[in-house]
Amino acid sequence: MIGRFRFMDEQPVNLDGFAIEDMTLGLIAFGSHSDPSPSLVIDDNGVVIELDGRAAADFDIVDSFIAAHGIDIDSSAQAMALDDVEFARLLVDVNVTRAEIVRLAAGATPAKLAQVLALLRPAELVIAMTKMRARRTPSNQAHVTNRSDDPLLLAADAATAAAFGFREIETTVPVLGDAPSNAVAVSIGSAVGAAGVLVQCSVEEALELELGMAGLVSYAETVSLYGTEQIFVDGDDTPWSKAFLTSAYASRGIKMRVTSGGGSEALMGAAEHRSMFYLEARCVALARAMGAQGVQNGGIDSASVAGSVPGGVRSLMAENLMVMVRNLEACTGNDALMSESDVRRTSRTHPIFIAGSDFVCSGFGSIQRYDNMFGPSQWNSEDIDDYLIMQRDWTVDGGLRSASEEHVAALRRRAAEAVRDVYQWLGLADFGHSWVEQAIDAAGSKDVPAADLMVPLEASRIIRQSGVTMLDVVTALDACGYTLEAGRLLDMLHARVKGDYLQTAAIFDEDMNVLSLVTDPNDYAGPGTGYEVIGERLVEINNVRQQRSVGQLRAEQAQGFSAALRVIGRAGIGSDPTEVTIGVSAATGRHIWTTLSGLSVVDVLDELLAGLEEEGCRGRIVRINDTVDLGMIGLSAARLSGSGIAIGLQAKGTALIHRRDLSPLANLELYSVAPTVTAELYRALGSNAARHAKGATPEPVRNPYSDMAIEARFHTKVVSLVAIERTCLDPTLGPEELELQR
Amino acid sequence: MTTARSGRDSQSVTLDSVRLGEVGIDDVRIHPDTLEYQATVAEAHANPQLAANLRRAAELSSLADAEVMAIYEALRPRRSTATELEQLAQSLSDRGAIRNAALIREAAQTYERRGLLADPTT
Repeated sequence: MIGRFRFMDEQPVNLDGFAIEDMTLGLIAFGSHSDPSPSLVIDDNGVVIELDGRAAADFDIVDSFIAAHGIDIDSSAQAMALDDVEFARLLVDVNVTRAEIVRLAAGATPAKLAQVLALLRPAELVIAMTKMRARRTPSNQAHVTNRSDDPLLLAADAATAAAFGFREIETTVPVLGDAPSNAVAVSIGSAVGAAGVLVQCSVEEALELELGMAGLVSYAETVSLYGTEQIFVDGDDTPWSKAFLTSAYASRGIKMRVTSGGGSEALMGAAEHRSMFYLEARCVALARAMGAQGVQNGGIDSASVAGSVPGGVRSLMAENLMVMVRNLEACTGNDALMSESDVRRTSRTHPIFIAGSDFVCSGFGSIQRYDNMFGPSQWNSEDIDDYLIMQRDWTVDGGLRSASEEHVAALRRRAAEAVRDVYQWLGLADFGHSWVEQAIDAAGSKDVPAADLMVPLEASRIIRQSGVTMLDVVTALDACGYTLEAGRLLDMLHARVKGDYLQTAAIFDEDMNVLSLVTDPNDYAGPGTGYEVIGERLVEINNVRQQRSVGQLRAEQAQGFSAALRVIGRAGIGSDPTEVTIGVSAATGRHIWTTLSGLSVVDVLDELLAGLEEEGCRGRIVRINDTVDLGMIGLSAARLSGSGIAIGLQAKGTALIHRRDLSPLANLELYSVAPTVTAELYRALGSNAARHAKGATPEPVRNPYSDMAIEARFHTKVVSLVAIERTCLDPTLGPEELELQR
Repeated sequence: MTTARSGRDSQSVTLDSVRLGEVGIDDVRIHPDTLEYQATVAEAHANPQLAANLRRAAELSSLADAEVMAIYEALRPRRSTATELEQLAQSLSDRGAIRNAALIREAAQTYERRGLLADPTT
């Protein structure tokens, strides 16, 4: 194999699997030959007797439920008669309201909507999603888990996730028996981090409901739906059991959404030769028919199956849009990691990120990849800064916000200590000092060797046996002095009594206002409408902790001040033929003391002088005060030089060799990439300048190679340094001679 | 004012009352009337299915946790015979849970057709 292909094969994207389309296995994103043509027949009693090519007698359980509950008879005739392209155009027409699309979609069968949405190209999906999502304000969900179900680390990480702006936190367990402890620890941690954060603990359906009934979690999500009867039953449920479960959650005032996702049926080997998108269309129709307020989809655990086939990533986004079109909350995947390639996973998320979603990720791994008990996510703790900066780059609200180290450190301490105190008060566990301290500082569970795996298991056993409810947790928090957090968790219990957060796409803001389809409806209707990043939120998104001002840079530079470099008078014209001048920029030795490579200006000058001396020349430093242009600095210095040769040096480190008879931009040698120039290279530049002065042959010196994103790293600094240089200009001063004490 | 399932005004459930041990779990549970109200809101926002769900939920709000869990279990594939599902539906409808009863009867019909009932001989 040739080098080019060996090299290409080594790239991370080639660790991903790519499948040739295979309809028999359901390995096809859109439009399998076995997908039915849309059809709908309703008898005189308003009963659906044919759905997407199937007669009632042949309905499977999914068809049956959709036929009985999921089709709006009033709009169905119009929706089904509408030409697919016409229908698709309505989705991107800003003059057609969201409400009108929702009305029509309610009467459309799964096959009809699948055909319509398959027509939307990627940019059209973005526009349609911008318009169709239920809630105006976008949001995001975090995973908070760890390998040892460490309650202290869970609490600290939940507080951290809340600090970064996540409004839902999903936890789960590697050990099922630990679930109650995890639910309590994450609830406490989230309440330390912020008010109104929703918490779920994803476990087996019955246990999850039990946790919800005890108030230990505030929403549920892991209620899985499938597009074929076989897989549904394999999952030990039916649409009726799931519908009942949906009502059971609501009966306790608990928010819930269901989970589905293209590719799951193919993954489990019973796709009935259908396309992933058509099967998902059935799931979404079923979710609406059951009365769930929302859906988590976009592949989820099978995202990489969809990602392996042509158009698969596109179909994942179309699935999310399908949910929105059915007037449901969309929790839009970007959950399980679907590629080893950073480029590919970013590409998969980005259109949804810019369109905005009720929850951009249905699980941003806010913790270490190795601690994510759902498996690594599409986005993980190492990506939080990337995500914050993407928000800033695009002025897009992806649901996150910056948090300072000081703030997060304080929250982590309070969260870990609150769990320690509450567990002790409730008689669940005693935690040692080192465990607490390790959990506060930890970047992940590997940093907490003190964690004892038996503690969460024993705590969970006691929680279940003694019937600990969230009221007990509130009591314990209050008794231990955590009044603020006790109040926040009591507020979450109040929210269940009010029931406003049972409405579609509900989250709480930090003042405990419900934001939902009802209270915060998406009103996008083209430019100038809909959600905009403005006011405080704009400031929050723009002010990332990495940003620097010229003032801050000036202060950093001042720390490098050296008394070794000083002005000794006006610079005259030299006559010594062995003299080479070193023309430095106006800020050199005034406000700029450190070059972009990190060398001090003084050290650079020392190297240049030493290089000149090695070749028997003498250097003289002159400061050119009337220009920021390095060519002009070098030329001006050359005109003062006894040999007619000069070195030009900007304080930031860019250097060249000039000669008095050349034009300003024609220099002899140039070190253009200041951040990569080393002390040795400056010395070589000095000796080459001397060789030019003597008429000898210079040693060719190459600019050093680097694969760093030099411009990304340094251009903002360059802008500031050049601005500082400009403030130092003073043409009336003339050139000054500088002395370097060595 | 929002009334909890216990009949207590939700406003009176404060940290102070929790501290005094005067709050029970029914004071932080939703009242069926509230679910009915939320159903009307869902209906007004173009989601009659969510409304129907909330009305089924209103019926379930008076059932004990254990009974709710037991009904869920009974509706899972091949857990119940047609007779058992009918008895369950009847018992619910006797207590006014007519929507849930209808859902269970509908399930029974489909389960029979699709072979998802429990085998009565085992």
